[in-house]
Amino acid sequence: MRTTIFLITLLFTAAVIKAATITVCPDCECSSIGQAIESANAGDEVLIKSGLYQEGNILVDKALRLRGEGWPVIDGENETEVITVTASGVTIEGLVVRNVGTSYLEDRAGIRMQRARNFIIRNNRLENTFFGVYLEHCSDGLVSGNLIEGQAEEEMSSGNAIHLWYCKRMQVEENEVRGHRDGIYFEFVDDSRIRNNTSEDNLRYGLHFMFSNDDDYSRNTFRRNGAGVAVMFSRNINMWENRFEYNWGRAAYGLLLKEIYDAEIRNNTFLENTIGVYVEGSTRIRYRHNEFNRNGWALKMSGGCLDNIVNENNFLHNTFDLSLNSAPNNNSFDGNFWSDYNGYDLGRDGVGDVPYHPVKLFNYVVNRTPEAMVLLRSLFVSLLNFSEKVSPSLTPANVADNAPFMQKLNFSKDKPAY
Amino acid sequence: MFKILKYSFYDLSRSRWIYIYGAFYLLLTASLLWLGGGVSKAIISLMNIILVLVPLIATMFGVMYYYNSREFTELLLAQPIRRSHIFFGQYLGVASSLAISLLLGVGLPFVLYGIFTSPEIWNFSVLLLVGFFLSFIFSAVAFFIALRNENRIKGFGLAILVWLFFAVIYDGLFLLALSLFSDYPLETFAIGASMFNPIDLSRILILLKLDISALMGYTGAVIQKFLGTMMGMACSLGVLLLWAVLPAWGIKRVAVRKDF
Repeated sequence: MRTTIFLITLLFTAAVIKAATITVCPDCECSSIGQAIESANAGDEVLIKSGLYQEGNILVDKALRLRGEGWPVIDGENETEVITVTASGVTIEGLVVRNVGTSYLEDRAGIRMQRARNFIIRNNRLENTFFGVYLEHCSDGLVSGNLIEGQAEEEMSSGNAIHLWYCKRMQVEENEVRGHRDGIYFEFVDDSRIRNNTSEDNLRYGLHFMFSNDDDYSRNTFRRNGAGVAVMFSRNINMWENRFEYNWGRAAYGLLLKEIYDAEIRNNTFLENTIGVYVEGSTRIRYRHNEFNRNGWALKMSGGCLDNIVNENNFLHNTFDLSLNSAPNNNSFDGNFWSDYNGYDLGRDGVGDVPYHPVKLFNYVVNRTPEAMVLLRSLFVSLLNFSEKVSPSLTPANVADNAPFMQKLNFSKDKPAY
Repeated sequence: MFKILKYSFYDLSRSRWIYIYGAFYLLLTASLLWLGGGVSKAIISLMNIILVLVPLIATMFGVMYYYNSREFTELLLAQPIRRSHIFFGQYLGVASSLAISLLLGVGLPFVLYGIFTSPEIWNFSVLLLVGFFLSFIFSAVAFFIALRNENRIKGFGLAILVWLFFAVIYDGLFLLALSLFSDYPLETFAIGASMFNPIDLSRILILLKLDISALMGYTGAVIQKFLGTMMGMACSLGVLLLWAVLPAWGIKRVAVRKDF
């Protein structure tokens, strides 16, 4: 045992002794980053002083630490990829990477990691990038505190801010991304965390999530994205304490769930989205302690959604609380607060005595003939809804909250979800 | 004509009902703003009320005023004044006093609440504008009906029926048509059909301003494309104007030929 500790200490000191710092600045002996990397040995630090470096295609093929001081700018001049890393154990921090050119043939990125492990990409600024940070076949990495801004104009000619493909055990934290096609893109990424990020004003999705299992994303804000957040074809996803805001447009929703199994959606806020949560073929999902505020549709479920539990949520001032397009229903909607509920509570136990039916007749009509939406908020529609409420005949009678709360639920006393 | 307008206006400003009408809006708007919270929510709630109540009150008031001032009208007819001037004067007197009650009743609380510094000012203006148009349109319709019917009961009945038709029955038929022909593309039909009902048109104008169009899917896109532009706005306001002018023209036609 003692020998092992000794050996480890020896190795560690050896590494420390060996590590050298190579300084790069426009007037230094070494004025190019590529040159510095070539002359460095694994474990060295390349310190880049502030200045403009017009270098593209910088290849990092050994375990180096690239550190910027005073925000040095590396400019790809809209023609090349900027930094490509093929080694493990690389750290990149404090750099400004600018002008990654759009290409229809290759996915150029500001910082690309290929088959790397144990890396850190921290506190960088990426400006006018095609793809921002592009990670493929990576594992155990951290992408944190980066500001990634693109100027995407159309989906065809734009890339993603943070793109992960076939990765494992990644952490994406506290990044701010905007102006790309997708803010954060996950495909075949397992056991990873997305936390405290802000993704806004992207053309397509704030977060695009496919074929990725056992992940969680929490405390993120997704705002004003073209289509909101899409989570598709994945299992065991936890979605906690996120904010989905202002995804407003004809094809926009806060959150799209497609073929999702066994997920937890807890303590999220859905504010002013055309559709709060749009669910397709998703099963065994628990919605708890979420707030749906002023959305067009709070929850829109289409066929094949089974065994979902919607419990202890606040539905506040949505145009439609719930839309279901299939008659059979085994989802539970018991125990929520609905701002449209106007039943009574004789027992004074805080729970309404008459069930609340969240699917209105007009909702049913609109599902069948979307054009009828022009009659929204007309007197006739109010009368229609009222008569249906008094004696339900067309709307599914089993879609009901049998124990609706009388008062808005207060979640602030909750323990953190994780 | 303006002299008669002035007389009817003064006459109405001495009547209790117009004050009650104004006070009702004042109370309603104030409570919506200060108790309900938020300009945007108050505008939506007011929209629901204005779209139902303004046409109803304008219709009732118009018919009532015509029948009540019949003796005065007969006196005026004996004077050397043009018939169209007499009736236009009375009609405009009724419509403008209703519109002013609405303006004061709804406008004052909003001004006190600080609408001028709110981004909702345009939505609010559309609401008021629509309220104005509806006052003028439905009092014209009411005058037209009253002129055509000597029998008060018949006149009242018909006026209520017209209001009911535009407020409720029309939308029912509209919905029925939409669901019967749901296999066909109906967007153009939906726009066209809403043009034929001033209440529907007003509602859609306000809803588009409130950005509910995003809910309407493809239909909303088509409507937004048509009405959302300056051109569409001008067009729909033109249709509303036409809705006010047509019954007024009817009043003139009937008034000139009528044997009193």
